Amino acid sequence: MISLNVNGQGYQVDVPSGVPLLWVLRDYLHLTGTKYSCGIGECGACTVLIDDQIERACTVPVQDVNGSQIITIEGIAKNHPVKRAWVLEQVPQCGYCQSGQIMQAVSLLKDNQNPDEDEIIAAMDDILCRCGSYPRIKRAIKTAVELQRKEG
Amino acid sequence: MHSNLSRRTFLKYTVTGVGLTIAAGLTPIGLRLANATGGEDKQPLDFKPNAFIEIHPDNTVTVLVGQTELGQGSHTGLAMLVAEELEADWKLVGVRQAPAAEEFKDPFMKMQITGGSTSIRHRYDLLRKAGAAAREMLIQAAAMTWEVPTAECMAADSRVIHKKSDRNMTYGELSLKAAELMVPQDPALKKASLFKIIGTHRERFDIPAKVEGTATFGIDITVPDMCIAVVAHPPGYGMKAESYDSAAAKKVRGVLAVHPIESGVAVCAETLNAAFDGRDALNIKWSSGSHPNLDDKTVEKLYYEAIKKPGAVARNDGDVNLALGQASTQHEATYFLPYLAHATMEPMNCTAYIAKDRCQIWAPTQTQTGVQAAGATISGLPPEKVDVITTYCGGGFGRRTETLVVVEALQLSKALGRPVKVIWTREEDFKNDFFRPGILCRIKGGLDAEGRLSAWSHKVASSSIMSRVFPQFVKDKIDPSAVEGITDMDYSIPNVYAEYVMLEMPIPVGFWRSVGNSSNPFAVESFIDEMAHLGRKDPLEFRLGMLKSNARGRRVVEMLAEKSAWGKPIKKGQGRGMALRTSFGSTVGHVVEVSVDKTSGQITVHRIICVLDCGPAVYPDAIRAQMEGGVIFGLSAALKEKVRFSKGGVLTANYDDYPILTMSETPEIEVHIVKSDEKIGGVGEPGVPPVAPALGNAIFDAIGVRIRHLPMTPENVLSAIKRA
Repeated sequence: MISLNVNGQGYQVDVPSGVPLLWVLRDYLHLTGTKYSCGIGECGACTVLIDDQIERACTVPVQDVNGSQIITIEGIAKNHPVKRAWVLEQVPQCGYCQSGQIMQAVSLLKDNQNPDEDEIIAAMDDILCRCGSYPRIKRAIKTAVELQRKEG
Repeated sequence: MHSNLSRRTFLKYTVTGVGLTIAAGLTPIGLRLANATGGEDKQPLDFKPNAFIEIHPDNTVTVLVGQTELGQGSHTGLAMLVAEELEADWKLVGVRQAPAAEEFKDPFMKMQITGGSTSIRHRYDLLRKAGAAAREMLIQAAAMTWEVPTAECMAADSRVIHKKSDRNMTYGELSLKAAELMVPQDPALKKASLFKIIGTHRERFDIPAKVEGTATFGIDITVPDMCIAVVAHPPGYGMKAESYDSAAAKKVRGVLAVHPIESGVAVCAETLNAAFDGRDALNIKWSSGSHPNLDDKTVEKLYYEAIKKPGAVARNDGDVNLALGQASTQHEATYFLPYLAHATMEPMNCTAYIAKDRCQIWAPTQTQTGVQAAGATISGLPPEKVDVITTYCGGGFGRRTETLVVVEALQLSKALGRPVKVIWTREEDFKNDFFRPGILCRIKGGLDAEGRLSAWSHKVASSSIMSRVFPQFVKDKIDPSAVEGITDMDYSIPNVYAEYVMLEMPIPVGFWRSVGNSSNPFAVESFIDEMAHLGRKDPLEFRLGMLKSNARGRRVVEMLAEKSAWGKPIKKGQGRGMALRTSFGSTVGHVVEVSVDKTSGQITVHRIICVLDCGPAVYPDAIRAQMEGGVIFGLSAALKEKVRFSKGGVLTANYDDYPILTMSETPEIEVHIVKSDEKIGGVGEPGVPPVAPALGNAIFDAIGVRIRHLPMTPENVLSAIKRA
């Protein structure tokens, strides 16, 4: 049995050691907002926050996060500036990578309240989108910054 | 004129709506409309509809859409067409993904398929007419209720209004009464100048769920009693499993069954991780395969051998040999483009359940018709007993017009007697893709004494998509998709000859965003540029000279010149190039601004200016998104992408060895939509074709070196610099 804390809720999961956190989230906890795409930590579709750090859930063995605070896309409030900005700027196309993009953007804005263009690119450059939503992701992060600033 | 639907029964209508339901169909005798409201005494329709709209008593409007929402925004765009003519309140309008059924086949392609950039353009008239018919019926219902002339009533914001008496009723209140009326067959459409929804900004219906993480993709499907399967596919073409350790796989906790299928060896388990462990324990010995020596070098060698062989004549205007002989300048160049993968972010997957008298398939698919046919074949049930539930798709780009993973899920469900979800790993996805074919083009051109392009002789060698997918379209050894961009060039050239050599390769090829338009225009538009420079002409003026009978192309080029400040000096060290291509009914031109580090071969793309003429721009924000996405897709291919082969199979396995464009490599992209009365065109694909040639032409402008071999990796750029 492994104890997990996901989005503020405790879970006891009977899962073999070594299984990546991604599959535990998706198949055992039915939190399917976190996506599988590459399985090797290369694309970022499975990005989650573990103790406030961005991690690729496909490369994190589940036993390593026993007791950690895990946040997934489902744990980000609907009115979070990043989520609202994503709708305002009409970012997603197919949408498959967007949970990961949003998690990475949430983490960026936690660490840096006012990132400039270069900082946004540096923070988001290792997360792939095949539809080409990058220009809108950039714009949405700037919009989220504005929303945050206006609302304090 | 009103239609009487009482007698003939060509079609049993299967959708029941509450309130008013309008069916619309494009038939051989023209557009037809019908009142298709369900009920005890419902009438069979005497034509095959392609679309339905429902007006519900609760005042909501639903458009049934058979096509897949791939993120291109077509579901929202289609609803906009209806809402415009219906005079509906946009807040009350929605869409429902339709099942696989005759009724939802594309009126022109006769299949329920999402491809060819057709979702909106094939339904532009159809859905507007359906909306207009419903509006007229609702007005009539109100006029009858109030006993006033219909001419005194008007519709706005999902209400019918009678100003004289200051009365109004909602569409919901009128829907039951309207459902009893005959359908006008030729309702009046609004003038474009009166549009309030078409051409305006809307928020896409599918975005909130995609932002919340609640949108259901194929991979997210769970059904009761489902097991999960992974398939070990052969590592090379023509290989078969000679032996494997079934017992070892079954020892893994949670593994339920090991089952050989045509495409590989499947391991079915309670959980995905158990299925992976079971697959790893199989220890499969594979046979040697059909092409054990196939690798990158042999692939290219086969192309260069093929181009020497005689091909089939695809186009022959004028007398190209005579014109070449008389040309004052002659030039020849060869262009090679590699095989490309779709690399959709969501790997292939499908969930299927074959029960005794019903088959259900949950699929992220671009071909409901193909999925349903696979279900019928494997289950032995008639198609109408095969339910296709279309999920959201994590990328399509043509990849999901293939059904191999659907077949696997069906075969396994049949064998196990329970629902099975098959998930391909990223590695399986790359290694079993139906790639964009590699192509080799050899072009000879001639300029006359005035420097005009007088002769164009083009030979293309590539493997054929249509021979496998739609063999009926292959005539006289010409695969039309392999020569598009050559047989239908945008320019008027007096003498054009085109020849196609169909290359037999073991590598399966399929539709990849813009198909032959993703490859041939690179050769065509690069060579045009080469000829312009040889004739000491400005490449843009050179093109305009050949667009005299192509007003649409001319307008795009002229706007491109204006928006890019063509002819004005560019920043020092930078180059600028352009390309044009009409595909899928739309004309797109790009100007690319670039700089090249001649020591490292590294290319930096600064800005891409995109001009598009797609006729009426129904949903401008979605059009812009498709142009941005198309530019990035095309740039990714031009700069980085190449599938690698080794030992008779695919070497490329994951994104680490098939890098795609990232944010830091994405230039500023400007999209300009031409205000146009031309015929409506598609937008999903046409943004891709001009990217690679505009980039190559910009590089030539920057450093005077031609890149004729894709991708334009630093390595390929350096070797081109060396050769120059």
